[in-house]
Amino acid sequence: MAATATPTSSALDPAVRRDLYETMVLSRVFETEAERQYKAARIGGYCHLSSGQEAMTVGAMHALAEDDLLVTGYRSHGFALARGVSPEAVMAELFGRVDGCAHGRGGSMHLLDPSRGYYGGWGIVAGQLPIATGLALALRRQGKDQAVLCELGDGAVNMGAWHESLNLAALWDLPVVFLVVNNRYGMGTAVERASAEPDLYKRAAAYRMHGERVDGDDLDTMIEAADRLLGVARTEHRPAVLEAVTYRYRGHSVADAGLAYRTKDEIAEHRERDPISLEAKKLRDAGVSQEELEAIDTAADDRVAAAVQAALDSDEPSTDRLAYGMHALGSDEQFARMRPGSAFGEEALTFDAGLGA
Amino acid sequence: MAATDTTGTQVMNYREALRLALREEMERDERVFLMGEEVGVFEGAYKVSAGLMDQFGEDRVRDTPISEEGFVGAGVGAAMLGERPVVEIMTLNFLLVAMDQVINHAAKIGAMFGGEVRCPMVIRTPNGAGNQLTAQHSQSFDGWFAGTPGLKVVTPANPADAKGLLKAAIRDEDPVLVIENLPIYKEKGEVPLDPDFVTPIGLAAVPREGTDITIVSHSFATVRALRVADKLAEERDVSVEVVDLRSLRPLDVETIAQSVAKTNRVVCVEEGWPSYGVTAEIAARIGKACFDDLDAPVERVGMAEVPLPYAKGLELAAMPNEDRIAAAVLATLGMGPGAA
Ligand SMILES: Cc1ncc(C[n+]2csc(CCOP(=O)(O)OP(=O)(O)O)c2C)c(N)n1
Ligand SMILES: [Mg+2]
Repeated sequence: MAATATPTSSALDPAVRRDLYETMVLSRVFETEAERQYKAARIGGYCHLSSGQEAMTVGAMHALAEDDLLVTGYRSHGFALARGVSPEAVMAELFGRVDGCAHGRGGSMHLLDPSRGYYGGWGIVAGQLPIATGLALALRRQGKDQAVLCELGDGAVNMGAWHESLNLAALWDLPVVFLVVNNRYGMGTAVERASAEPDLYKRAAAYRMHGERVDGDDLDTMIEAADRLLGVARTEHRPAVLEAVTYRYRGHSVADAGLAYRTKDEIAEHRERDPISLEAKKLRDAGVSQEELEAIDTAADDRVAAAVQAALDSDEPSTDRLAYGMHALGSDEQFARMRPGSAFGEEALTFDAGLGA
Repeated sequence: MAATDTTGTQVMNYREALRLALREEMERDERVFLMGEEVGVFEGAYKVSAGLMDQFGEDRVRDTPISEEGFVGAGVGAAMLGERPVVEIMTLNFLLVAMDQVINHAAKIGAMFGGEVRCPMVIRTPNGAGNQLTAQHSQSFDGWFAGTPGLKVVTPANPADAKGLLKAAIRDEDPVLVIENLPIYKEKGEVPLDPDFVTPIGLAAVPREGTDITIVSHSFATVRALRVADKLAEERDVSVEVVDLRSLRPLDVETIAQSVAKTNRVVCVEEGWPSYGVTAEIAARIGKACFDDLDAPVERVGMAEVPLPYAKGLELAAMPNEDRIAAAVLATLGMGPGAA
């Protein structure tokens, strides 16, 4: 770990700590349910779970100010929930329904909520880095003192886009924090088998950028570091790399058992230091009763059950609105003259007709 | 699966056929090596390379970081020195980040350097949609590559061709893109066990003969075309001939033209977007080569021209499903709804 002051757990207001704990539990319960719904075939495609990574996610989101911006990869249910996207909107998206945050067009990997500054879950490894860099560029051009948080995995640091983005961000003094979620594996490849410099935060030095590694399983540590680096980004317009070390309990996606490249013992060892249990202990030490903690679990169960019901109640997208959103309003006229000779059965694609029934 | 018997055929699925091709070529030629994400310890994202690291070791079955541009380019360089790299890209979608190495480097080497060096490499990767993998992970832009002079592009639609075309690609002196297909990985078929069996590059196949109409297709569209042909024979007494392109570049226009000369009607089908796509090229060739043979306009069926949406209903509606292909065939025969 880089030498940074270890925050005391008392730094957080007790009520805030309780709220954050609720969000961590909500994320865990939500994803457990998502896996169940996936197996019941109500959710399809890729579904990447982040169980075990909740302190990292919730800590980073707590440090992100209301008008800051967020960009993530595809393992992002927790980020969306912690950013305040409703469990209903996330679950409906996983179910492919119109009330989903992308109206059923994006699914698990492509959550978003621009009204909360969340500019997307992206599915191509490192594809989101240049985009986050561009958001930060826009903020600078607009003279705003806001920051961008860009989540990526340990596997993304070996893509060209990582190097190009870090260089641009450093060269142009852009307010972006690259949050490297080091959960030890990119699919089945351990960090040491993929990265010649496995201390990933050190790579920031190549761009004269600040980089540091923290324990991503400790909420207080996570909040302190994210808060500090986002603060520097906002006020001094300097980018940074924040490497959060954590662990994913489940496989790479719901389809991967996650055992071909690591042992059950290794997983069990990490579960011993479960971030939610660590927080529960801090809450108990601060006088929160076991009953209160259990009430939080029950409330999360209820919240997620309600989200499933809302998703079920939401309509399936209308198939005559295949092209909804593809082009800006007014584009129908531009495309009207392309119709002759179209391939057979090509839906008369309309961009201007709204979401439909 | 120890295929010690080298005569006759054996039933296996498409991924096993690919694995057999890799194993045979690696046993035959020391210069052949495999690299890509998750090909070794994880045994391949789609298990094509299962067991190969155990057999050939970490040097010849090389796990890479997620660095497509880097390791595709490394394949190009290694091939220039006479190695025979087989580079696996997890899916065709991820080849986009290595596009520059493929289009602007690998494809240029032979001609740009006046024939002084060659680039005998293989890139193999699946295309395909249908599992709600959404816009960034469901694409089949086979035509983009097939439109690039300097590349060869093959697209096996069954296990025998998977083996035969991959082996031909590995033995070829030029960069060859082998586009596999996600939905076909589990399909079974008879596969020749002869280690010298190859499917020639540049030769289409006619997996089903017919007299009323031709469907020209490749990759998974061929699987669909064969299903449609069965169905229409049974339900509407229509005799459909299916031309499976197998190679997109070089393209076997002669086999297409022979079929159209016989049936006089043709529907071209692809899993990708038709505009500027494979079917656009085929239709243009037929329009010129078969002008006098045609009794109806050349019809096309492809992916609806949208980034593929996630919701199951939307995805199904967007794909070139069998109902749409059948309707296009009937319409081209004047047997569609509203026909007398
Ligand atoms: C350019 C590209 N190559 C390959 C993939 C397939 N892929 C999806 S996730 C992944 C592993 C990424 O690992 P990491 O960055 O550590 O993130 P994690 O999944 O651990 O959150 C791979 C190889 C992809 N999406 N994009
Ligand atoms: Mg990882």
